[in-house]
Amino acid sequence: MSQAQPPLALLAEMSHRCPLRCPYCSNPLELDRGSRELDTATWRRVLSEAAALGVLQVHFSGGEPLVRRDLAELVRHASEVGLYSNLITSAVLLDRARLGELAAAGLEHVQISFQDTEAASADRIAGMAEAHEKKLAAAALVREAGLPLTVNAVMHRQNLEHLPEMIEMAVRLGAGRLEVAHVQYYGWALINRRALLPTKGQLDRATSVVEEARARLKGVLTIDYVVPDYYARRPKSCMGGWGRQFLNISPAGKVLPCHAAESLPGFDFPSVHEANLAEIWYRSEAFNRFRGTAWMPEPCASCERREIDWGGCRCQAFALTGDAARTDPACALSPDRDVLTAARDDAEAPPSDFVYRQIGGAPTKTTATS
Amino acid sequence: MSDPAIGRVIVAGSTTLRFPQHVKFRHDATRGQWVVLAPERLLLPDETAVEILKLIDGSRPVDDMVATLAARFDAPRDVISADVIAVLQDLVDKGVLAA
Repeated sequence: MSQAQPPLALLAEMSHRCPLRCPYCSNPLELDRGSRELDTATWRRVLSEAAALGVLQVHFSGGEPLVRRDLAELVRHASEVGLYSNLITSAVLLDRARLGELAAAGLEHVQISFQDTEAASADRIAGMAEAHEKKLAAAALVREAGLPLTVNAVMHRQNLEHLPEMIEMAVRLGAGRLEVAHVQYYGWALINRRALLPTKGQLDRATSVVEEARARLKGVLTIDYVVPDYYARRPKSCMGGWGRQFLNISPAGKVLPCHAAESLPGFDFPSVHEANLAEIWYRSEAFNRFRGTAWMPEPCASCERREIDWGGCRCQAFALTGDAARTDPACALSPDRDVLTAARDDAEAPPSDFVYRQIGGAPTKTTATS
Repeated sequence: MSDPAIGRVIVAGSTTLRFPQHVKFRHDATRGQWVVLAPERLLLPDETAVEILKLIDGSRPVDDMVATLAARFDAPRDVISADVIAVLQDLVDKGVLAA
C-alpha cells in the first residue's frame, strides 16, 4: 500500500522546556515534562536510524534544545552518521562556550527566533525579561564563529508594523536568510488568535514590504515568506504532504508526521521505543492514514491541485471543523470556509490579552471562535 | 546600512566560485542522486546542474568551466556560456555558491 519515498528531514524536538513563553508557541498544549524526555543513548540510536532511512537534514529544536546538556554530543553523532545539522533556538541560553562546543561538534547552521525589533515589545511577547538583548548578543556570536545565521521572525498583528525594521535588523546581524513567518493558528496560537491575527490590510502591506525587500536584497538576504492561511485562497502544502518529506520526534519519543499532529484524536502515534524509524515511516497506520490522495474527500479528490497542496493541513482541518479528514478550510473551495469569516472579523476588533505558554498551563477547554 | 547591492555577486566569465563552508554537494546513496545541503535548504539539482557543480573547485574561472563543458558536449561555447552563467547566478543568489 505504501509508495512513500524516504523522508528528507527530521525535526528533533529535544525538549518542550523553554525559558520563553511565546503565546503562539508551536508546541502542543499538552507539553512533555522533562522527566519524560528521551535519554542520550536513545537519541543517538534514533539519529542513526534516521540517516539509514535517507534523512539528509536534522533540525535540533524544542522547546529550547539548549536546555539539553547533551546537545553537542548529539550534534557530533549526527555529523558522524552524515546528517546536516541545524539548530533552531531562542538563543537566550547560547553563550560563547556552548556555541564553540556545538561548532566543534559539526553544527552547520543556527536559526534564532526574534519576537520584535524593540526590546520592550519583544520581551513582552516572549514573556521573558532581557530576552531580546540576549538574542542580539547570541546572533553576533554565531556570525563571529563563522556559522550561517537565519533570523526567524514570527509576525502577527502586534509586531507586523515593524517588518521593515526586522528586515534591516537581519541584514545588520549578518543573516543570510530571514524567515518571515506569519503565525499559524494551532495549539497556543489558536487560543491567542484574537490577540494575533492581523487584518487583511496589515497583511497586504507586509506582503508588499517583503516583495520590495526581496528585489532590493537579492543575493544578500534570502527571505522566506509564510502567509497566514486565513487570508489564502488555496491551502499551504503542509509539511509537503503527510508522510512525504518530514518526520518529527517529540521529546518523549513519539514519531509524528508534523509537530502539531499529537493534537489529533484517534491516532496511535508510534514511539521510538516500540519500533525503528523505517518501520514507522513505511508501515505505521498513522503515517499511512493521510499519505497520498486516496483518503481525500471532495473537493480535494478531483482537484487538479491535489498533488500540489495535498489537501492542506490535517491539524487545521481538525482544529476548525472537528474532523481531520476534511478539506482544510484555508481552501476557498472548502465547504467549511465560513469558519474563517468570524476569525477575520475578530482581527478588526481590539486584541485580547495573551495566554502565555507554560507546562501544565493550557486552558482545559479551548474554542476557536471566542 | 551600507548599500546592499554591493553584496550581490554577479557571475561573469572571469568569476571564480566555490561552495561556502556550510554548503555540502554530495552523492546520496539512498536516492542514487546528487544533493546540495545548505542551511534549512535542500536542492536536488538536475543532470545539467550536477555536471556544472562537479566543476566547482574554488580556483577555476567560469570561462574554463564553459570550455570544458563545450568540449564534452560538443556544443557552441556561447550557448553553453549563457546556460552555465544563468544556472550559476541562480545558485549564487540562493547562497549555495560564493565568490
